[in-house]
Amino acid sequence: MSSSTDLQTHIGTPTEPHHQSHEHTHPSDRSYIVIAVILAVITALEVGTYVFEDWFEDAGTGVLIATLFPMMIAKFAIVCGWFMHLKYDNPIFRRIFVFGLVLATAVYMAVMTSMQLFG
Amino acid sequence: MSDLAVETSPTLEAEEHHGTSTGISNEKLAMWVFLGSDCLLFGALISTYLLVRHNSTSGPEALREPANVFDIPFTSVSSFVLLMSSLTMALAVGAIHRGDVRRCRGFLATTALLGATFIGGQVYEFTAFYNEGLGYTTNLFGSAFYTLTGFHGVHVSVGIMFLMSLVVMSLRGNLGPDKAETVEIFGLYWHFVDIVWILIFTIVYLIP
Repeated sequence: MSSSTDLQTHIGTPTEPHHQSHEHTHPSDRSYIVIAVILAVITALEVGTYVFEDWFEDAGTGVLIATLFPMMIAKFAIVCGWFMHLKYDNPIFRRIFVFGLVLATAVYMAVMTSMQLFG
Repeated sequence: MSDLAVETSPTLEAEEHHGTSTGISNEKLAMWVFLGSDCLLFGALISTYLLVRHNSTSGPEALREPANVFDIPFTSVSSFVLLMSSLTMALAVGAIHRGDVRRCRGFLATTALLGATFIGGQVYEFTAFYNEGLGYTTNLFGSAFYTLTGFHGVHVSVGIMFLMSLVVMSLRGNLGPDKAETVEIFGLYWHFVDIVWILIFTIVYLIP
């Protein structure tokens, strides 16, 4: 019996059949709609930076980037976490996707830095 | 002997469901690996765009700078449409998991319609830029912009074709609750296309 517990700990995944755990963790339609409203609001805020273009021009590109990037990352994370179920699904999917994302970011940041994009 | 039987039971249980040693669906795993690798493709296109967008030396002066070319209000509406298509896709996945095939079909068709609206907007945008004098070979900015947004457009178009296939499968009665994972895996692709646009909209359009 103790061997079984050890094995479960070693595997680190639930022994419950996949479909059962999946059904329990699916967000409801209402949750999806709330998430979409949040995404729409963030998009509206992003577009707001264009509406107040003159102010951001005076403030500088750095301020614009510092305003837009957190919103972009938030939208990205919300879609990945809830719509793509990365928040609820097997962690291996998250690891695979994050690996690709981190690799792409690291490689192309290195390329852009070596080509003096950042001055 | 009995210890061995107890030790292997969790794996066997997992194998029973997906028929894999990991207990994870191979198709879903393959889609995630594909999406992870697609990050590298779009990373290459976005970084190339960032590197060359201000380096145009040919073509009309006014068409060398992105800020002079883009129609942000129009693209904002397109972005909103694509964002909402992610919602309808998520609702389609939710519906098929509940066994509501008819509702799922409706949401899949709506997603395809919203995707087609986005592509229509992109075709209109490309046509407008071309009429202003910005062709694919006019300058570096034009080449990088059309390649990046064009590749994204191809992804959306492929997605629309898959969506239509799912709708046809559903109409023929071949897309029941037993195929919920097929819809879910396609949903991953569609949401990925959406998150790539989230990056493009901010990096390409909103930051001059």
